[in-house]
Amino acid sequence: MFRFGQCDNRVRGAFVFMIPEIEELYQEVILDHSRRPRNFGELPDAAVRVHGDNPACGDEIHLAVKFDAGGGLEDIKFSGHGCAISQASASLMTMKLKGKSRAEVMEMLHAFHDLVTDESSEAPKSLGDLRVMQGVRKFPQRVKCAMLAWRAVEQALEQGAGEATVSTEPV
Amino acid sequence: MTAASTIDWNTIREDFPILRERAHGHPLIYFDSAATSQKPRAVIEALRNFYEHDNANVHRGLHTLSSRATEAYEKARQRVAQYIGAASAEEIIFTRGTTESINLVAQTWGGEFISEGDVILLTVMEHHSNLVPWQLLAERTGARLRFVPVRDDGTLELEKLSSLLTPEVKLFAFTYISNSLGTINPVAELCEKAHSIGALTLVDAAQSIGHLPFNVRELGCDLLAFSGHKMCGPTGIGVMYARAEILDSMPPWHGGGEMIVSVALEKSTFKKAPHRFEAGTPNIAGAIGLAAAIDYIEGIGRPAIFEHDSQLARYAAERLAELPGTRIFGPKEERGALVGFVMDAAHPHDLTTFADQYGLAMRGGHHCNQPLMRRFGVSGTTRASFYFYNTTEEIDRMIKILHAAVRFFS
Repeated sequence: MFRFGQCDNRVRGAFVFMIPEIEELYQEVILDHSRRPRNFGELPDAAVRVHGDNPACGDEIHLAVKFDAGGGLEDIKFSGHGCAISQASASLMTMKLKGKSRAEVMEMLHAFHDLVTDESSEAPKSLGDLRVMQGVRKFPQRVKCAMLAWRAVEQALEQGAGEATVSTEPV
Repeated sequence: MTAASTIDWNTIREDFPILRERAHGHPLIYFDSAATSQKPRAVIEALRNFYEHDNANVHRGLHTLSSRATEAYEKARQRVAQYIGAASAEEIIFTRGTTESINLVAQTWGGEFISEGDVILLTVMEHHSNLVPWQLLAERTGARLRFVPVRDDGTLELEKLSSLLTPEVKLFAFTYISNSLGTINPVAELCEKAHSIGALTLVDAAQSIGHLPFNVRELGCDLLAFSGHKMCGPTGIGVMYARAEILDSMPPWHGGGEMIVSVALEKSTFKKAPHRFEAGTPNIAGAIGLAAAIDYIEGIGRPAIFEHDSQLARYAAERLAELPGTRIFGPKEERGALVGFVMDAAHPHDLTTFADQYGLAMRGGHHCNQPLMRRFGVSGTTRASFYFYNTTEEIDRMIKILHAAVRFFS
């Protein structure tokens, strides 16, 4: 008879209890946005389209942006596939940025980056719903997932028109 | 009575100090041995012993320690030769690992013998380390790459081999065991077919070297590459095996100390293999650690290890199939010590982050297999990979954690 080794009794526990860090990372709002992303789809009259890539995991985002007369974000949509963090981040971002000026977008980009990376930073109220992403700061390996859509929108502003690609890894 | 049934796998776990670690307050379940295996105390002690008692450079000092270090280093080479069934220790070149071994061949052998119009035959399931070096060679020389396709069940489309193996094929390089699918390729058959049209064969043995017994002369491969760290050895040491006559035909790779016979200002002459390919101070401790790993593995016995590991993998595949919305990759019957899967409920990165919080270490992503992932229409998978220190209880625990993940993410 083939005998396998035994291991720690706790491994054989009957239940798997929920873990606070997991619930903090994957808040209900995040799970909801990842299951039903908002502003997901095509934007036929987009001024600029950015293909964002996270080569470490194969996640992709296609971001389409239309500007208003003053250069602000009139409309923004995304498509693609990826983990719950990258999808929810993109969904929440598009909701937040629609109608914002360039300066406001850049300000939010920096505030959001601090939110997901800086343990000591106090989340500014202006981030609103985006503050649910704060749990990412405890998972440094997931920061790129959270930042993918933001890197794409940064590129869209820089580019202004046409098509562009952006990657979470330096190429 | 099977080979594995005579072994007390419980006691073997105690040889691995790291298995007592906890992650996020839970007992560690290490299911990432395909990335790197854990190290038994015997290997850790061998490294420590070398640095505490024998450390010196090799092949150059006339003092006591240098003799001891040289002897231990060259003994390690003999141990490796014996372990893989090479005709002699001179056929064993120490490298940093599988990747460096394949690059060495691509650059030296490839640079010498591959030219425009030649074909390197690979498979769609190759790890990037057995793909990118050949892409670089092809770009440099004008050679072409050709690929054996992979069936839906994760095996190679062997019926296509005869049409792919045309006279332009100079080398057929393929993996022994797929690091994403667990497929065990019929190496001897592939080598025989390649030889029938005069092509050489290179086997990427990274995933098989510590798991199953084999002999390079019985397999009939011309070249074989592997890493020490996936077989209980240290990182930074690996091996390039090549038949002596192939090594003799290959020009040096890196130039420097240790690989020369004599050096003048304008020109040098070079040692024979293996030293011709080992410029500079080698990873002496690494080679000694690798020999200790071989001793350790042989102490258990590769047939028993293979039996144990593949039972774990089959059991894991069976249990994973119970989970809702789960797609399992790779052959159903015979498979190496790993299972790749995707779940409708969650992306591989979310699953691995979730599992890690329960002390379960798995890998999520493309596993350096991007073309293979594309072939199966996924951007990545979650991979649970096993070694002889893993248990069915750990797999049962994994299933519970994954059930919790399904409930959480759906």
